[in-house]
Amino acid sequence: MTETSATARDAAPPRPLWQVLLIRPEMMTLILLLVGIFAGSQLSEFFLDTDYILKSFTLSAEFAMVALVLTLVIIAGEIDLSPAANMALSACLFAWVQAAGVPLPLAVLVGLGAGLAMGALNGALVIGLQIPSIIVTIGTLILYRGLAQIIAGDKSIRVPESFVGINDVMVAGIPLPVILFCLLALVLGLLLGTTIFGRQIYLVGTNEVAARHAGVRSARIRMILFLMMGLVSAVAGLMTASRLGSVRYDLGLGGELQMVLMAMLGGTYIFGGRGTILGTFLAAWLLVIVTTGMIVANVLPAWQLCVLGLLLIVSIIATNLIYSRTQR
Amino acid sequence: MLRKSTLIGLTAGLAMLAGAAMAEPLKIVYIGKNTGNPYFDSITGGFEDACKSLGCEFEFVAPATAEATSQIPFIEAQIQRGVNVIGIAPNSPDALNEVLASAREKGILVLTVNGDITGSEQYRDATILPVNFDIVGRDQVELVGSLIGYEGEIAILSATTEAPDQNKWIVGMNETLKSDPKYAKMKLVATVYGDDQPEKSTTEMEALLANFPNLKGVIAPTTVGIAAAAQVVQSRGLAETVKVTGLGLPSEMRDFIKDGTVTAFQLWSPYNEGWLAVHFAKGVLDGSIKNEVGGTFEVPNLGTITINPNNSINTQAELTTFDAKNIDEFNF
Repeated sequence: MTETSATARDAAPPRPLWQVLLIRPEMMTLILLLVGIFAGSQLSEFFLDTDYILKSFTLSAEFAMVALVLTLVIIAGEIDLSPAANMALSACLFAWVQAAGVPLPLAVLVGLGAGLAMGALNGALVIGLQIPSIIVTIGTLILYRGLAQIIAGDKSIRVPESFVGINDVMVAGIPLPVILFCLLALVLGLLLGTTIFGRQIYLVGTNEVAARHAGVRSARIRMILFLMMGLVSAVAGLMTASRLGSVRYDLGLGGELQMVLMAMLGGTYIFGGRGTILGTFLAAWLLVIVTTGMIVANVLPAWQLCVLGLLLIVSIIATNLIYSRTQR
Repeated sequence: MLRKSTLIGLTAGLAMLAGAAMAEPLKIVYIGKNTGNPYFDSITGGFEDACKSLGCEFEFVAPATAEATSQIPFIEAQIQRGVNVIGIAPNSPDALNEVLASAREKGILVLTVNGDITGSEQYRDATILPVNFDIVGRDQVELVGSLIGYEGEIAILSATTEAPDQNKWIVGMNETLKSDPKYAKMKLVATVYGDDQPEKSTTEMEALLANFPNLKGVIAPTTVGIAAAAQVVQSRGLAETVKVTGLGLPSEMRDFIKDGTVTAFQLWSPYNEGWLAVHFAKGVLDGSIKNEVGGTFEVPNLGTITINPNNSINTQAELTTFDAKNIDEFNF
């Protein structure tokens, strides 16, 4: 593993440009997306309505934003399964201090700070104590959710009227959460694709030891990623609170699966080193298009689950095939 | 390509709207808590039959899981489909508020059926409940009391810790036990939660029997819980010592009644909820029923129905008690 890429790559003839551009996992996602749009339009006459699709996307926009950052984490060879629980805990803390009389802007800061702290705890355990991130974040996933339930109990906490309705804020006819998602995708895409920091994320994920020996500050990079993860989760939690108008400990329950699903559908390689923001961006739309298409056509939930499962399997097979081909 | 089809879609949509003005049949949808829940088949049956007799279109949809927010995309989809009436068995007392508000803004009549959004009543037009839920706790305590001779330890096996209806009934049970001297010799020793899953309910029931050897009665105010509890009592042959009762489906409980495991349990007719919901919705939308507290209207087979405070409508005045004498008359 440590020596393959360098020697093998030199020997192989360069692939033609069209192959480099077209045979990519993202291409698969794009094709599936187009198929999904077509299938949706055939299933129901109510589907092809831009306003409706954008509105439906706002229901997943929070998870999708976290999935973008999660993509970076997975490329760096780590995983974070705690973001949905982080969303719940930061939103509960926010609503709780707010209900206790803390002014709204300060309460928002408390929520964001809590998210950052949760990310820092994940990072410290993974990097400082060298525990595998999958174990650490399964642990913190349970811990954060439990703390959220302690704070909020079985009741829901109302958020103030002025904070409700981020999904009803329209910028040029597009709901604000969708804009935020697209902006974040753009920024992270540039970060990953054009900066040294971005290259280093790929290096750490491809071969952490080699990257460290080459002078890449792997620990620092991974810590930054976990911090980003904590922050974006808190933002997503607050956005969910604003959309729902109330906060409960079960906010975003099970969301981590959807986030990983988005990254995987977008061609991010689960063992690190490969993947793009564009892929996750397309996959988020794919997921929304496919689920909304089926829901608005009143397709039975059992069938919906089958389709989603098949979609994931198809995309994983395609990703593996494409990566194994291009590696030769 | 996308834009073109959007345009086509829009034109089609406009054509549909124009059509709607010319006496389109009323479109009614019922959104259940989740799929694979036999209880809802009976409610849906009432919706279907009433829609057939009144000439409305009916659809039943439900998410795969009963999480707080899992119904939101389904409500959005029904708004998009342009239905006239949304009936819903809400999975959360308040997570649906914003999306229900946007449905009502579009002129959709929103009815909560078989469960209400307690504390958020302003986000729906009316609620249709089988009985006045305030008396369920009292009636259940009376039933278990009559079975155990008003003396001894009892326990409650409920659904999930946050199930709003069950929690309301449990509050009612506790108040009745405390305030009514008739039940002074009955002691509530535990309230446990089987999460409406057969396995977990069975485990909780077995734990109750192990922890409280003097247990005389168990109230399971949930169809899953009472069936699981009866199963445990049946397999251990404890029918004489521990009386299981609660709210159950006659179809699921028939065998336990026949073999004497369970003496009596209660419920209502879920079918009538669907039947009533359609008649009410149709009446409100064509102007023949005024959705005002204190108002009354006639429903075939159910008689005169009154709109109670909070726009709450009940299909029957009291719980129906099922026992060996009448169980064969019911098949839901």
